[in-house]
Amino acid sequence: MAITKEQLDAILEKYPAKVAKSRKKHILIKDASQESQIIEANTRTVPGIMTNRGCAYAGCKGVVVGPLKDMIHIVHGPVGCGYYAWGTRRNKAKSEDPTKNFLNYCVSTDMQESDIVFGGEKKLAKVIDEVVETFHPNAISISATCPVGLIGDDINAVARAAQKRHGIPILAFNCEGYKGVSQSAGHHIANNILLDKVIGAGEQEAAPAKFAINILGEYNIGGDGWEIKRTLEEIGYHIVTVMTGDGSYEELKNAHVAELNLVQCHRSINYIAEMLEIKYGTPWLKVNFIGIQSMIETLRNMAIYFNDEALTKKTEEVIARELARIEPVIEQYKKVCNGKTAFCFVGGSRGHHYQGLFAELGIDTVLAGYEFAHRDDYEGRQVLPDIKPDADSKNIPELHVEADEGRFRLKMSPERLEALKKEIPLSNYAGMNIDMAEGKIIVDDINQYETDELIKLLKPDIFASGIKDKYVVQKMGIPAKQLHSYDYSGPYAGFNGAVNFARDVSMGFSSPTWNYIVPPWKNQPLLIGTVTEEGVA
Amino acid sequence: MLDCTPKEMKPRLSGGLINPAKTCQPIGAMYAALGIHRCLPHSHGSQGCCSYHRMHLTRHFRDPVMATTSSFTEGSSVFGGGANLKTAIKNIFQVYSPDVIAIHTTCLSETIGDDIPSLIQSAEIPEGKLVIHTNTPSYQGSHITGFSNMTKSMVKYLAQASTTVKKDQVNIIPGFVNPGDMREIKRLLKAMNIESILFPDTSGVVDSPMTGEFNMYPAGGTTIEQLKDTGNSKLTIALGRFASSDAAELLSSKCKVPALALKTPIGIKASDAFLMALRGSFAQEVPAEIEEERGQLVDIMTDTHFHFHGKRVAIFGDPDIVTGLTEFVLSLGMAPVHILTGTPGGAIGSAVGSFEEDINGMLLEANLTANVKAGGDLFTLHQWIKNQPVDLLIGTTYGKYIARAEDIPFVRAGFPVLDRSVHSYMPLVGYRGAMRLIEMISGALLDRADRDAADEDFELVM
Repeated sequence: MAITKEQLDAILEKYPAKVAKSRKKHILIKDASQESQIIEANTRTVPGIMTNRGCAYAGCKGVVVGPLKDMIHIVHGPVGCGYYAWGTRRNKAKSEDPTKNFLNYCVSTDMQESDIVFGGEKKLAKVIDEVVETFHPNAISISATCPVGLIGDDINAVARAAQKRHGIPILAFNCEGYKGVSQSAGHHIANNILLDKVIGAGEQEAAPAKFAINILGEYNIGGDGWEIKRTLEEIGYHIVTVMTGDGSYEELKNAHVAELNLVQCHRSINYIAEMLEIKYGTPWLKVNFIGIQSMIETLRNMAIYFNDEALTKKTEEVIARELARIEPVIEQYKKVCNGKTAFCFVGGSRGHHYQGLFAELGIDTVLAGYEFAHRDDYEGRQVLPDIKPDADSKNIPELHVEADEGRFRLKMSPERLEALKKEIPLSNYAGMNIDMAEGKIIVDDINQYETDELIKLLKPDIFASGIKDKYVVQKMGIPAKQLHSYDYSGPYAGFNGAVNFARDVSMGFSSPTWNYIVPPWKNQPLLIGTVTEEGVA
Repeated sequence: MLDCTPKEMKPRLSGGLINPAKTCQPIGAMYAALGIHRCLPHSHGSQGCCSYHRMHLTRHFRDPVMATTSSFTEGSSVFGGGANLKTAIKNIFQVYSPDVIAIHTTCLSETIGDDIPSLIQSAEIPEGKLVIHTNTPSYQGSHITGFSNMTKSMVKYLAQASTTVKKDQVNIIPGFVNPGDMREIKRLLKAMNIESILFPDTSGVVDSPMTGEFNMYPAGGTTIEQLKDTGNSKLTIALGRFASSDAAELLSSKCKVPALALKTPIGIKASDAFLMALRGSFAQEVPAEIEEERGQLVDIMTDTHFHFHGKRVAIFGDPDIVTGLTEFVLSLGMAPVHILTGTPGGAIGSAVGSFEEDINGMLLEANLTANVKAGGDLFTLHQWIKNQPVDLLIGTTYGKYIARAEDIPFVRAGFPVLDRSVHSYMPLVGYRGAMRLIEMISGALLDRADRDAADEDFELVM
């Protein structure tokens, strides 16, 4: 199933000329005969075109910083921004000391008109004082919302003064919603501060156990991180910290001691991964915990990196045992899913990550894309030198890092590192496009109109996206699977996650509820019978 | 669960909120705009605002919520959002063809000071299409204020007094309620045989049926013609002072349509007041079928009063809804102990609204006292409950954390309800809404009694 260039042009024709010109560059039909297919990404959404994208604040506080559980996260602004990012993302967390888990709390400075006119710094300082007195958090974050930057509140100065007053770290994030072109800007802003102010602040000089790793870009949605941990810890890995699902300030500050950084969501956390390598000499491995084969490949790549006989043996044991356990279960669900097609449009990494799992269930991903990714997430990191900074990306500061004199340590000889890079995706991500088959559609920042048109053309059996699309698609009689919130299910990562996903997707196909859409009277004339001499029979 | 909330209450003077009981204006404006037929709400601000509002409304209604954004960047924040808005208007009409675009502002565009009316004037608007706007600075009021402002703008832009004699019809402004409530209000009006214009009317928009086809502009919503005709009605009834009074007052001054402000008709007293107002203004007798419903409600109330009498209740949510709920639990013989809304402006002594005064008046009549607060947050409510426990909590989904922490039976009512379905299709208003409330309250209280009963005390009949 594919669409032709002509069909694509027909869709674009409805747009005003300027919009058509812009959108054309965001849509590809995979053509393997071309050496590289350039896609435009991380550029402005045209105003008025119904995008799924959010803002820098959402990417910073909502995605990267918010899950850190032992911190109080103060949102400096009018009430809405704090309110919407409160409890809505399913980044689960538990603490041994429940009085040090603040994820069910939402703190907003609730700026009023007078704060906009006269400045909100004093109010922010008072809120910090109250929060410290009430909650005694390990650390505090302050996230700026749109008006804060406009009126010129210096949240960094407020944070510095409060840090001095209270003796706990207070981090300021200048993540005003208008920065950049999507959530992506906020990821970058968050990454910079966490690397600059948190990672390395701990006292540890070496990992407390062998095979010490960090998991980056894993947010524990629906408990994903816990399922991943289950397997990794059984194999023998020591997880220093997870960034940032179920993560904490206390753990994060010692992240520098890890021997390897795993990168799950490349888009939201690759900056930290890259900077950790420069600063501490820790390479990063692109992993994918979604899907059985990806999970297995990830575990094997990790074992190759650590090159330890016992670890490799245990890895294979666990893989064999888990496969034997879950394959028969998956097989049942595969019967329901086989031969179906999917659209997979999610975030900045999941649009890629889930394709393998869909394929394992016999579902062909005919269209995929990201909401806020950059070109490297599509085309691979080799395009990074070709991406020219524009007015929007220039507004996000690039953090300049250097090797930490005391703590930089090569984890292996440069020769072995180079050799490994040929074998496993070490400090590299090849992007999504390479995994898409000929003729498949790749769309960046898809919008409501294109979704509607492409569904009519390609008639997918399932649509994987988010809450704003979900009911639009379901009104067409097509099951929609939220891959941001997992429709309140999960975990979907790891071996058990694959089973959960297979179960939930099958449920979408086999639910009897879809059978009742057409009322019985729609297909039957009002009067059935024959007119005889005696009347109607 | 909420283990970090101390029982000891210390004064919090910063003005910050911990666990808010309100959100910002724009979402209310977006919801109100969805109640105009073939209208596309437009958020003039950063993309995140529009995304968050659509998400939240979609989660509550489990139905498509269509809206667009001006997609501000840093450049537009410095140089103003005019170019973005004009581009947006052009694109929206060409790609999504609504009949009307309803623009609301955000804290960003308000802080910059974008002058929306003059931007609309210079925008390309196709023949026969409309663009209206309202100002919704997020740093004032709450989502209820935003709903009120957009509703007021409908009057400002559209209502016309075009007839010399007022028509024998009533305008009803239902306030920030569910489509299920709006349908119930329309049903009552039909039963009373009174011509009416309900606006905004989100029924048929965010509770649209499954047909196998997606329709960007479903059948529901108040039409532009109806909105224009509101200026010719002989009366406007504003249900809920916070969400509806401003628009009614504007209709009165602009088109000389008298305005009557009533409580949201939740519970028997407010429903009676609503019907009596209609009866008195239109000389229409309350029909037997409605009188029968009322009789059924009173029958249930008297039959089961012992389930409710003297039970201590905490109620929070939007001011109009909380006022109605408080009045109803009082008529059941319950004892409200903590009453809180996040929407500011209703505090005693403030220039607008009278939330605290209204509630205290009702309590006084029942010889009760309670903690009553406008502009409060759920941290305060939780601390109140820790100090003075209750038998029942009524409020939005956000209350579930307090209910769990303190092990209190919980009834979901108001906006938003994010963790249960069907609620938006069903009314809380009118006699049938009151019956539904009784069913929900008794279900919560008696399920708890059953759960907690010792085997020997476990009863078949209750």
